[in-house]
Amino acid sequence: MNAAPVLLATIGMIAAIVVTATAGDILMASALRQIGDLDIIRARSGLAGAAAAVVTNSRFGLGVVFLALSFFSLLYSLSHRELSLIGPAATSLTFVTNAVAAKFFLGENVDRRRWTAAIFVCVGVALLAF
Amino acid sequence: MTFRRYLVLAIVTITASCGDTFLARGMHSLGPVSLAHPAELIRAIFSPWVAAGIVLLIGFFASYLTALSFADLTYVLPATSLGYVIMTVLAKWWLHEHVSAWRWLGVLCITMGVGFVTRGPSWTEHPPASARSSESVQPHVEEALR
Repeated sequence: MNAAPVLLATIGMIAAIVVTATAGDILMASALRQIGDLDIIRARSGLAGAAAAVVTNSRFGLGVVFLALSFFSLLYSLSHRELSLIGPAATSLTFVTNAVAAKFFLGENVDRRRWTAAIFVCVGVALLAF
Repeated sequence: MTFRRYLVLAIVTITASCGDTFLARGMHSLGPVSLAHPAELIRAIFSPWVAAGIVLLIGFFASYLTALSFADLTYVLPATSLGYVIMTVLAKWWLHEHVSAWRWLGVLCITMGVGFVTRGPSWTEHPPASARSSESVQPHVEEALR
């Protein structure tokens, strides 16, 4: 079997997981930023009020859809490739893509300290595969 | 960051790692499940370890959302990655799995990453919309989605 199509398919599977997981995380974070501190909402409106504020937010709903897509992409990838390859590769790359996406889409202050942390965690998670 | 908020981050970390470990323990004890027999998956949900794992993962999701409401995504994700360290320790001492030197090095890298991020600020303050429009530094999706 030719190695190039297999490699391309593997990259495609990992990319699908990473892109959908990043979109889900960014939408989720954006939703919570829009809603505000849940502790304050819970103190004011109770647990049901806080839950209602979250589940009625459209960005949260869209985030859940993307996280579900990421989960099914992961399941599909695991049926074709090994967990020891897909798991660490997707998880570690998601740390880096989240840092980039959070900087540009959420306007977070991703300074040198946060970049260093993201890269250390990314390398650390990749090493867990060995 | 208050003690209560650090506690929420700790809950995110512990519930995620323990939830995953409980699920692994439960599914190992049940043996391989075939997709041709989906009823076995439903039965798996009611086994004690898997049920406990699901409860912990629900707790993880609730505390993760709470954390995102007071801290940046780029703070929460690395800060709670200590869960991988807990998972490795649980895999070694509880599930008796082999943990290689490379994996311990990975644990060290993650711990250092957590150390870096938790020493910095947890939240990016955004100026009010009126101030932002006059600065126009860079367009954000936050504004585009409004």
